[in-house]
Amino acid sequence: MDLLPALPVALPLLVAAALVGLAPVCPRPVADAAAVLTAALVTLACLALLVISLDGPVVYWFGGWTPRGGIALGVAFAVDPVGAALATLAGVLATAALTFSWRIFEAVRTLHHGLMLVFLAGIVGFCLSGDLFNMFVFYELFSVAAYALAGYQTTNPGSVRGALNFAITNSVGAILVLGGIALLYGRTGALNLAQLGQSLARGPADRLVVAAFLLLMVGFFVKAAVVPFHFWLADAYALAPTVVGVLFAGVVSELGLYAVARVYWTVFSGPMAGVEGLRGVLLLGAVTTALVGGVMCLLQHHLARMLAYATVSHVGLTLAGFALLGPVGVGGAVLYLLADGLVKGALFISVGIVDHHLHDVDERRLRGRGRHMPWAAALMVAGALGLAGVPPFGTFLGKALMEEAALEAGTPWLIGLFVVVAALTSAALLRATGRVFLGLGGPSPGSPSPGGPGGGAGSGAGSGAEPGYRDHHRHAHPTQVAPAVLLLAAAVAVGLAPGITGVVERAAARFTDRAGYAAAVLEGVAGPGVRVPHPPVPLAAPAFWAVLSALLGLGLALAALAPERVPGRLRDGVARVWGPVAATLRGLHDGGIGDSVTWLVVGMAAFGTLLAVVVR
Amino acid sequence: MRFLPYVVAAWLLLVGLYGIVTSRNLVHAIICLSVAQSSTYILLLSVGFRRGGTAPIFLDVPVGTRAVDPVVGALTLTDIVVGATVSALLLALAVQAHKHHGTLDPERLKPERD
Repeated sequence: MDLLPALPVALPLLVAAALVGLAPVCPRPVADAAAVLTAALVTLACLALLVISLDGPVVYWFGGWTPRGGIALGVAFAVDPVGAALATLAGVLATAALTFSWRIFEAVRTLHHGLMLVFLAGIVGFCLSGDLFNMFVFYELFSVAAYALAGYQTTNPGSVRGALNFAITNSVGAILVLGGIALLYGRTGALNLAQLGQSLARGPADRLVVAAFLLLMVGFFVKAAVVPFHFWLADAYALAPTVVGVLFAGVVSELGLYAVARVYWTVFSGPMAGVEGLRGVLLLGAVTTALVGGVMCLLQHHLARMLAYATVSHVGLTLAGFALLGPVGVGGAVLYLLADGLVKGALFISVGIVDHHLHDVDERRLRGRGRHMPWAAALMVAGALGLAGVPPFGTFLGKALMEEAALEAGTPWLIGLFVVVAALTSAALLRATGRVFLGLGGPSPGSPSPGGPGGGAGSGAGSGAEPGYRDHHRHAHPTQVAPAVLLLAAAVAVGLAPGITGVVERAAARFTDRAGYAAAVLEGVAGPGVRVPHPPVPLAAPAFWAVLSALLGLGLALAALAPERVPGRLRDGVARVWGPVAATLRGLHDGGIGDSVTWLVVGMAAFGTLLAVVVR
Repeated sequence: MRFLPYVVAAWLLLVGLYGIVTSRNLVHAIICLSVAQSSTYILLLSVGFRRGGTAPIFLDVPVGTRAVDPVVGALTLTDIVVGATVSALLLALAVQAHKHHGTLDPERLKPERD
């Protein structure tokens, strides 16, 4: 029982080592079963940790090096409900993805499963860690596994280039994180999050503290793909194998946000508590990310690329919740990212099903070709509603909490942002669904014809057709559909679980309680938890906004499918604004490795300037 | 002199980033990344340096001998391992890019856009 926190990290690493070592002799079904079983066990262990940690953080000191006199000597896992919930999400998505890959990812050897398990172990370790340097090590561990998985299809030039851009940009981010850690260690001589928080709380936010915060924030924002650190994301996520995309889109970006929130609340919330402008700086990043991601999502025709930009825009929405810097906003953001991750995982699997059966993922070339696939169509529509945040999906409750927090913080305009951005992403998906599965909408001018150049399977990046697609059944196999259905069901279950908002608010209160966290980690005192008497969140207004958002999305999708039905004056007016915006954004997103690193430097300079202004 | 290591670290980071931004060859870009990464080694070591300190091996020295911080040494070593892993993986990807697509120029690896 005492070893439970170590189990979900140690087990997948051991199984991965065994799978890779035995790869030449291990039959494929055994490897599949071992990988799925391991991922399921990790999920259960994380779920158990989640339930236990609701009563107070679970602290595990490696090698029994417990703190002496309130000074951390060893390295710890400090499990709280938020970290455990993210780890559980990763476990669920990995289980679903591996189940999905059971039948279709045939060319890959067991090496792929080994990488997936290392990836999972790194994510779980990152979520459970209570030590800043260990967070960095696990961050690098899962990142390296992610780079390898993103570039797994070496025959596809887009995929290799995407993986290289992903790896180089994110490594620069990791260098910044480490620089921030070095500065903090130089100031405090500590690496334990609780210890760091205690040391820093004694002084004000001076230049060194702000510089360390900037480096850590920007470094983790690269992983989170906050604009303008997101230029690497679309190629990496969209051209990776579907199995990997499920985890990428579902949880990896959110981990960057989690890290910023975790580090802020445990380490920096003391010295930076008085910095009023910090909220504004973070909100600026959130709004830009949400809008740029949403517009880019609507501009895509490649289904996986569409989901990649949906990820960017929803990272922006989640960041808005965290940026309000209060327990209710944090709770809403966490609930939202959990449900949203499940929905995006299901959507990625649906795209994988389409790709598997039709050997293409471009909605224009696929027009009407999905008529015989009602399952995939239903999954896409349900996923689009989940992205829009319609009840009973968990995304709805998350958004309701964030909207409540926005009202409390005096930023009611955020509700408008939620409505518009959710409408943009769901519109893109509904448009694609209508075109692919119902054959709606004419071929847009200049679109490639089905037989034209770039059509057909395996032609470069336009098609995500993966090597190893051997069987050509016309109907999706249960092991393909079931994981997506279960993920969507889980997203609904999160929204319908009785008393979930109360649990989330308590967990968020713990997450944002620096003193309580430090006491639990350093002195082993599991406090009773902060009781925040909070009136129940009103759900009527959020439900109205969510339905409005979904209807707006549907309207946009229909307008995109049948532009000739839109009144001429309105159409021309929209085109006049939309055209230049679309062209500018497209141009910006057409760069390579150099561009993404340039934007990283520019973004860091911008955030640095803003922080310097607000801290003074 | 006290600030020299920090200036060197910042300089290495900047030249490394400049190299990545302007690179037209993947191997060159990967080496530039290593240069940028080495700034963190210098930064970590200089944070834990103590003037006049010896190596932190307390085997046959009197108690209370001034020594440099051993923790940063361990952190740097971990960092070097991480950096080597990333470089090896990136170089492997570059080899694959060259094998399948005959180029090391990142611009020429562009996928077709929609």
